[in-house]
Amino acid sequence: MSGRTPNQKAWWLVLPVVVLVAFNAVIPLMTVVNYSVQETFGDNQFFFEGVTWFEQILHSSRFHDALQRQLLFTAIILAIELPLGVAIALAMPRRGPWASVCLVLMAMPLLIPWNVVGAMWNIFALPDIGLLGHSLNALGFDYNFTRQPLSAWSTLIAMDVWHWTSLVVLLAYAGLSAIPDAFYQAAKIDGASAWAVFCYIQLPKMKRVLMIAVLLRFMDSFMIYTEAIVLTGGGPGNATSLLSIDLVKIALGQFDLGPAAAMSLIYFLIILLLSWVFYAVMTRDDPQ
Amino acid sequence: MKRIRWLLPALYILFVLLPIYWLLNMSFKTTNEILGSFTLWPGHITLENYRTILTDATWYTGYLNSLAYVLMNTVISVSLALPAAYAFSRYRFMGDKHLFFWLLSNRMAPPAVFALPFFQLYSAIGLFDTHIAVALAHCLFNIPLAVWILEGFMSGVPRELDETAFVDGYPFWRFFIRIFIPTIAAGIGVAAFFCFMFSWVELLLAKTLTAVVAKPIAAVMTRTASTSGYELGLLAAAGALTIIPGAFVIYFVRNYIAKGFALGRV
Repeated sequence: MSGRTPNQKAWWLVLPVVVLVAFNAVIPLMTVVNYSVQETFGDNQFFFEGVTWFEQILHSSRFHDALQRQLLFTAIILAIELPLGVAIALAMPRRGPWASVCLVLMAMPLLIPWNVVGAMWNIFALPDIGLLGHSLNALGFDYNFTRQPLSAWSTLIAMDVWHWTSLVVLLAYAGLSAIPDAFYQAAKIDGASAWAVFCYIQLPKMKRVLMIAVLLRFMDSFMIYTEAIVLTGGGPGNATSLLSIDLVKIALGQFDLGPAAAMSLIYFLIILLLSWVFYAVMTRDDPQ
Repeated sequence: MKRIRWLLPALYILFVLLPIYWLLNMSFKTTNEILGSFTLWPGHITLENYRTILTDATWYTGYLNSLAYVLMNTVISVSLALPAAYAFSRYRFMGDKHLFFWLLSNRMAPPAVFALPFFQLYSAIGLFDTHIAVALAHCLFNIPLAVWILEGFMSGVPRELDETAFVDGYPFWRFFIRIFIPTIAAGIGVAAFFCFMFSWVELLLAKTLTAVVAKPIAAVMTRTASTSGYELGLLAAAGALTIIPGAFVIYFVRNYIAKGFALGRV
């Protein structure tokens, strides 16, 4: 976004987008804000409560636990999916029919509805009739994701890696195909090792797409709901109750609109803040 | 080193295909066979599950409903995002950077936060349980994404193209539609792919905003849990069928993905 001409009329071009997104974003957000400062006893009677719910949520151990689980989950999947995705993209054929075959097959998980992903992994991991669960138990592991927190966590992480590593691969692959062949030829003439090529040519060229990959994976893993609720339902106990699962439990399960709304806002602010930090850190070196 | 390079992608693809294979395997079995024994492939293949889905209107309208709102959403998102992305890539105007970040911030809004307010909002304007309601609601995250992707592609197109066209006397919209849009066709392909993808896979909002008429397939699927126990075979077949539209879309945009991504910043 550099070297653009000043033109205030450009607002007309963005207006439709702004109106539609504002309609979808501002009105519901204000509804949430509205609930977050009130108490209701049903019958559409509301009483002003101020910041009570916010204090309550911020001090509740339930929220802290959910937040910790969420951060742990996001950290683990980022640590697995990014290096794995980049490594796969590097090892993939650069062009030709095999490249297309790889891309098409790898993109499959991305286009499966999230509840089907959850149901699919549920069936796949069932200890008695699932391929994964049955094989693990046959190999002597004590594996049952509906009973043991550790099994539930590893299944959840395996599912997310299965589901989303392809996105990192696609983005990294796109970044790699943007590198002109001349760069590689120059490196070859200089006798550069594969590692040097990776560090000084491929990685810098992939920086932008990797930034997008990190942001997308971070935001989406923080919002994970459908897959997890279908797979484990937040259980066993509360072991895999990530933030949005806990939120929906409060909002729709217990119908505590006030606390749920306050939690929604805190949750949204955390995502915004962390995304902004990621964004700022990763674009720090960019000119302008 | 060169020899074993293909091993990692191959192993990953195997990992991707295994759960899908298991789903297909189950979809060709009867529920009794699934629960009765553990077998790596169906003892005798039955198409009964698929027949049920394709002949029962309550099942197949679910697919049609989903496809309807996904296509509406893709068209709305991409066509509105095109001029906006052009503005962000070519012009400087008051508040442009803040506006861009605000748009992106909506991509970060967790659907779980908005589910209840969305229900109230769309009920209030009388759009509850219509396809267009889901299509509009999905714009919340698809428009910012489409703007972001298209802006990247457009910034990769040299400014001289616009300037030459304007010097030649093209009016703005004629230039935009006749010259600019064909130039960034690959970007539109990629943006449409992502809009389709995120709208097709989203369930929480789609389920919240519909009841009967526009019920998406994902919501219909939850029915199998209640009718007669847990009909795993039927569930597996329904799940397997949801993969097909996605597979089609990937097939059509595969070249765009491979080449197209690289053109822009995305």
